[in-house]
Amino acid sequence: MMSSNVGIVSRLKKRKINEVVATGKRMDGRGLEDHREIVVKTGVLEKAEGSAEVRFGDTWVLAGVKVGLGHPFEDTPDKGVLMCNAEYTPVAHPTFEPGPPREDSIELARVVDRGLRSAKVLELDKLNLITGKHVYMVFVDLYVLNYGGNLIDCSALAAIAALKNTKMRIYKVKGDQVELTKRTKALKITKEPVAVTMVKIGDSILVDPTADEEEVRDARLTITLDEDGNICTIQKTGTEGFTTDELKKAVELTTRKAAEYRKHL
Amino acid sequence: MSKRKKKKKTTKRYDGRKPDELRPIKIESGVLPNADGSAYIEMGRNKIVVGVFGPREMHPRRLSKPNRATLRCRYHMAPFSVDPRRSPAPSRRDNEISMVMRYALEPAVFLERYPRAAIDVYAEILEADGGTRTACVNAASVALVDAGIPMRGLVSSCAVGKIDGNIILDLGDYEDKEGQADLPVAYMPKMEKVTLLQMDGILTVQEFEECLNLAIDGCNQIYEIQREALKKKYGLEEQESDE
Amino acid sequence: MSTRFENRDLVIPGDVLFEGRIRTGDNTYRHEGKISASRVGLVNYSREMVSVIALEAGFSPLSGDLVIGDVADIELGRWLVDIDTSTNAILNVPDAIDAPFRSDIVMPDILDVGDTIVAKIVDMDRRKTPILGILGRGLGKVNEGFIIRLTPSKIPRLIGKRGSMVNMILNQTGCEIVIGQNGRILINGRTREQEEMAVSVIRKVEREAHISGLTNRVQEYLKILKEEKKNE
Repeated sequence: MMSSNVGIVSRLKKRKINEVVATGKRMDGRGLEDHREIVVKTGVLEKAEGSAEVRFGDTWVLAGVKVGLGHPFEDTPDKGVLMCNAEYTPVAHPTFEPGPPREDSIELARVVDRGLRSAKVLELDKLNLITGKHVYMVFVDLYVLNYGGNLIDCSALAAIAALKNTKMRIYKVKGDQVELTKRTKALKITKEPVAVTMVKIGDSILVDPTADEEEVRDARLTITLDEDGNICTIQKTGTEGFTTDELKKAVELTTRKAAEYRKHL
Repeated sequence: MSKRKKKKKTTKRYDGRKPDELRPIKIESGVLPNADGSAYIEMGRNKIVVGVFGPREMHPRRLSKPNRATLRCRYHMAPFSVDPRRSPAPSRRDNEISMVMRYALEPAVFLERYPRAAIDVYAEILEADGGTRTACVNAASVALVDAGIPMRGLVSSCAVGKIDGNIILDLGDYEDKEGQADLPVAYMPKMEKVTLLQMDGILTVQEFEECLNLAIDGCNQIYEIQREALKKKYGLEEQESDE
Repeated sequence: MSTRFENRDLVIPGDVLFEGRIRTGDNTYRHEGKISASRVGLVNYSREMVSVIALEAGFSPLSGDLVIGDVADIELGRWLVDIDTSTNAILNVPDAIDAPFRSDIVMPDILDVGDTIVAKIVDMDRRKTPILGILGRGLGKVNEGFIIRLTPSKIPRLIGKRGSMVNMILNQTGCEIVIGQNGRILINGRTREQEEMAVSVIRKVEREAHISGLTNRVQEYLKILKEEKKNE
């Protein structure tokens, strides 16, 4: 029976991980810049318009894309809507309790969302049907099934893989109404942004952190890159800071890792 | 002379099944590394994962029971599990089914062995196609055993019902919605006891008895699949080390 | 009187193991004149008893067990320690510092939330809560090393008959290993390589605990690991 005691960092764990990381290796034997095994499976669900299941080691995220009809936002009446939602399911970790979204699940959804939005992955103006009235709504739901660290990279990859896999039903405009046709088409994706998360432990920077490494980390940095090498999103968190040299190194590391992660798409 | 043969109507269902035929079922145990016990089930197009945690400290402590563990079940559907997409927030139906899962499973668990503790059973519906509550109970039984929680036996579950005047086993989504009756049943084959019985619709007493017998037959078949899922986890390892 | 299975058959909860009079052992229960399994495992028939060697089971605390836990909370005069039991264990101050509780004792200075301890279960209270003690050799706060987890039901296999398995691993890897009955294992080696070897072997025991001939396989495995290390 694993501990359900919330938020207690084991002192022993922190000390040991710092000790081992300082030698350039990690508890599971990886080098600081090595990622775990990545597995991507698409089209795993039938009722969703698109879906993908991604694993980074034992971190497991299922992304489902639903495309439906809806109202546009007031300030963008001629654009379709993209919404990302993340669920930390209680099966993913003994400390995850059912209930309203936690702070970190909201952060996860927003970081993935920003990556997709900034890279303009969807051509939202092409998802318009009747300005101010009917547009296509694209929902990306990220379902965390097992938490083993590095949810952001895993979820971001799952989101893109699921969007690439999406076949949407086509609505036809008839006067001031819309009608569902029997035709479908692939959802057009213009870019493939990939997130790379790094944690700082002592003076070392590690990619693809495990749950333990995230527990004892001093700071965390996520950079999202599209395939042209443009930075789409940055998110930094944690009590410690990064020097400008460390940030430059992080960007360089991200460029390498993003290409490696993207290969799985 | 007119040849009037009595044609026996072979009733084929929406998916081509015979009236007493189960949908294909696949169960795998031990799929979630962080849970104490887990199982994944596919029952027709239903895809459900169940994780079990416990027995563990119960929060808030004042709700714990002094002489036994509290079994807490949660039925939750992913937004993409149905069409159209549904909100991730729990609905009244979710709450009712969560309770129903508990009714089905409680009699099987030795709760008295863990006073004041909680045993949490979380079912996540990834894809729904009728009969999700029965699929949850099937997976939850396996997950509880996988967690090493002492049980009197497995609980097996399926729904029976009536559509177009015919009694059928294992209702799919279409039959759920269009049929005349829907009876989810949970049964412990080794104890020969029904732990859950619900009904929605209209049946004569005779039809009800027919339904119940068919359900028990279905549950017995499902029991064998659950048993295989549990044995498979150890059988494979046995083969691997035959070097 | 009849047995339904053969010795060491895999059984699941509800399987009827015996009909008639016999003593009920671990992981079985009596019902309507029959004895059934309550956990998944291998059935074991002896002349006077039927039991099941569970393949999946949580930790069942017993007085005298050595356990490893994390301090989860501090209350007046006692610490609550997480040892993976159905409720947290209790460590009272007199069982930690060999002196009665005084109001000027600063408890976090002795043990704080997040500290790891090696303890013995000295008693089980009326409500079956484990009561711990850390006075004694080898007990107390852990300052070095790291913890890995194993299913508690496999711990006996890891220890071996009179410690044969764990001693073999200790000697061959040169690591300090403390095995908690609750499935937590403390490892401390002089080098990281030794520690990685110890983890690798323990994981092998975990995977193959229920398959006979394990001791020999582990011996071979240790030999191979040491060869690999030499050739690096």
